[in-house]
Amino acid sequence: MSTYVPNSRVRLPQRPGARANVVIRGARILDPAAGIDREGDLVVRDGVIGGDPDGLEVVDGRGLTVIPGLVDVHVHLRTPGKEHAEDIATGTASAAAGGVVTVLAMPNTQPPTDSPSILGSLLDRAAREAVVPTGFIPAITVGQMGDQLTEHGDLAEAGAAALSDDGVPVANASVMRRALQYQKAADLLFTLHEEDMSLSGAGVMHEGVISARIGLAGIPGVSEAVQVARDCSLAAYEDARIHICHVSARETVEEIRLAKARGVSVTAEVTPHHLLLTDQVVGDDPDPAKFKMNPPLRGSDDREALIEALIDGTLDCIATDHAPHPADEKENPFAAAPFGVIGLETAFAACHTELVVGGRMDLSDLVLRMSTNPARIFGLPVPSLADGARADLAVVDLAATDVVGERPYASKSTNAAFVGMQLTGQVVMTLAGGQDVYRRNA
Amino acid sequence: MSARSSLIRIGDLDVDGIGRILGTAERFGEVMERDIKKVPTLRGRTVINLFLEPSTRTSTSFELAAKRLSADVVSIKGAGTSMDKGETLKDTIRTLEAYDPDVFVVRHPQVGACDVVARHTSAAVVNAGDGTGEHPTQALLDLYTVQREIAPIEGLHVAFVGDVLHSRVARSGISAFRMMGAKVTVVAPPTLVPRYLGEALGTEVSADIRDIADADVVYVLRMQLERMGTGGFVPSLEEYARMYQVNHSRLRTGQRVMHAGPVNRGVEISGKVVDDPSTLIEAQAGNGLVVRMAVLYDVLSESQTAAPGVPGVTLEAA
Repeated sequence: MSTYVPNSRVRLPQRPGARANVVIRGARILDPAAGIDREGDLVVRDGVIGGDPDGLEVVDGRGLTVIPGLVDVHVHLRTPGKEHAEDIATGTASAAAGGVVTVLAMPNTQPPTDSPSILGSLLDRAAREAVVPTGFIPAITVGQMGDQLTEHGDLAEAGAAALSDDGVPVANASVMRRALQYQKAADLLFTLHEEDMSLSGAGVMHEGVISARIGLAGIPGVSEAVQVARDCSLAAYEDARIHICHVSARETVEEIRLAKARGVSVTAEVTPHHLLLTDQVVGDDPDPAKFKMNPPLRGSDDREALIEALIDGTLDCIATDHAPHPADEKENPFAAAPFGVIGLETAFAACHTELVVGGRMDLSDLVLRMSTNPARIFGLPVPSLADGARADLAVVDLAATDVVGERPYASKSTNAAFVGMQLTGQVVMTLAGGQDVYRRNA
Repeated sequence: MSARSSLIRIGDLDVDGIGRILGTAERFGEVMERDIKKVPTLRGRTVINLFLEPSTRTSTSFELAAKRLSADVVSIKGAGTSMDKGETLKDTIRTLEAYDPDVFVVRHPQVGACDVVARHTSAAVVNAGDGTGEHPTQALLDLYTVQREIAPIEGLHVAFVGDVLHSRVARSGISAFRMMGAKVTVVAPPTLVPRYLGEALGTEVSADIRDIADADVVYVLRMQLERMGTGGFVPSLEEYARMYQVNHSRLRTGQRVMHAGPVNRGVEISGKVVDDPSTLIEAQAGNGLVVRMAVLYDVLSESQTAAPGVPGVTLEAA
């Protein structure tokens, strides 16, 4: 992974609130990046870790684990324009309920977040409404149309966290190249939705045995891989930094592995749903639209390649691609239903169940991939449990098991792919930006 | 949720179920040879045909099938429906549900539409073709045709030739013939076969038209130009015809040719073959009626919904 360069200009506003004052007694305190793994008390005084526990509210932490809060660099808050699906307040409440202490929101809004003025209004709104510190990723091109670059320099100055045309790729290689060249001036990371639309065509699910059986048009794994190969090649040539969104295919993993081996500044994320599910569910479920997202759920060999790549560091971090949609729109036949699933509230439980309970990695490795690594890649404050750090933490009950969907969601939308699944490892408390933002039983 | 037995994909039936429907079709076939072709079997039942994609033979045969069974039938076609005004499929079904139909027969341009219908009705749902998905009643009438005109299906070799990628006829047909014990080969340009078709449906896949040589039945698929867009799946229709057209020079005596229609003469099949009385194409069209009667009978007779005092849905009642 690239070396950590804090982005001093990024703005991560949060609504005003009281500083947290609490002592968590008798918990396991685990922060692999800070080298902390101990049993005992964690004091938070005036929103900062450490200090005198006297007079503070006491939370019984026996049997619980305190970890650095999660950082989700890929969410959709649907604001402006699609507030019927999600808004800044509900989306960030959903983050808090998932132990997520920082989110970065993608620009495929209506209108797209593609100008300093729209960014400015979103930052203002987040400063009033965001439950957790919230950053914004404006578009690379005007209107996400893939032609004209947005004002990267002004956007950086206004506090953008990175740039992306997420939802669609930058199809034109020359436009992508100019954006990468311009990175030397604007100094913003590109986080890229990778897909060759001419290969994806009218595809709506993974091209595999299931799509062949049921007759839905497929999106081949190579649609993602060829675009990643192109952009790694361009990034190497222009000496630029890129981050690859929601890697889904084993062919893409192979391209990223090769690019990293030859020194390209590339990092990558994977979603919980691609780590847990395959296209099999699309074939088996009578209501498969809840499993429709882009990139699609792929085959079991792809899923295994993603897990291995997350273990060996080819994939650097986990991000949810939390994508709320109203239930009405998901009730269409599969091809007509929108792409996307929500994921903020279940990300930790899902990954903990699959990877830690499943014996693929230990909890420390998971925390690095859900908190430390994404923060470092994007130059964001790295959540830490060290004395003197701002309280950005999650308290989790690693033994607690819940069935997804039985509790109401904090999100406005309910389009969850994990609904009905039993997941182990529940977030019970979240402190974000020094504020007490979530209690499970509150 | 549909409480009745639906036919949405051919896999909803097992070998016994297929045999039962083909047997019923046989008996309806005898009725159709009588002077009075109407039977009271489904009197008092309501069949709604919802055809949201163009269709001639399937919609006609379903409507006639329902009428011959004395059901009340309403046929709704794409243009002029409330869906033109932006109503969703779910709301259309809920509205029609108010008339308490016993069967929805659905044709829709999108895969999986019948599953959406089934979620919002207690009527049986019969898939009359969902986009590039399935067309189970076509598969049944194809089985019926082969069984009647040639031989029992077990052990036969059937070659599907042409645009498999866009073909619901092939998807249901390949599965149906395989279930009944036939060997199935797919012969097509590689661009018109789903990449994992062989694995998904258990068939041999070949790009060489000469591989139809061993087949007892050559099933020609329509080039679905309307679904191809500007994709350029083959370099030209002329080249396609030169490489893959089923014509007399590629057929040997005794091979029987099928086509679900409508045909593109001179593209996937030569006009001479279409007009050759030894093909099964006309028999297929004709058999659609009795097989669809049998399907309507089957989805209703499996349900225990006959009201007291209403003649039971038995063939004997005919």
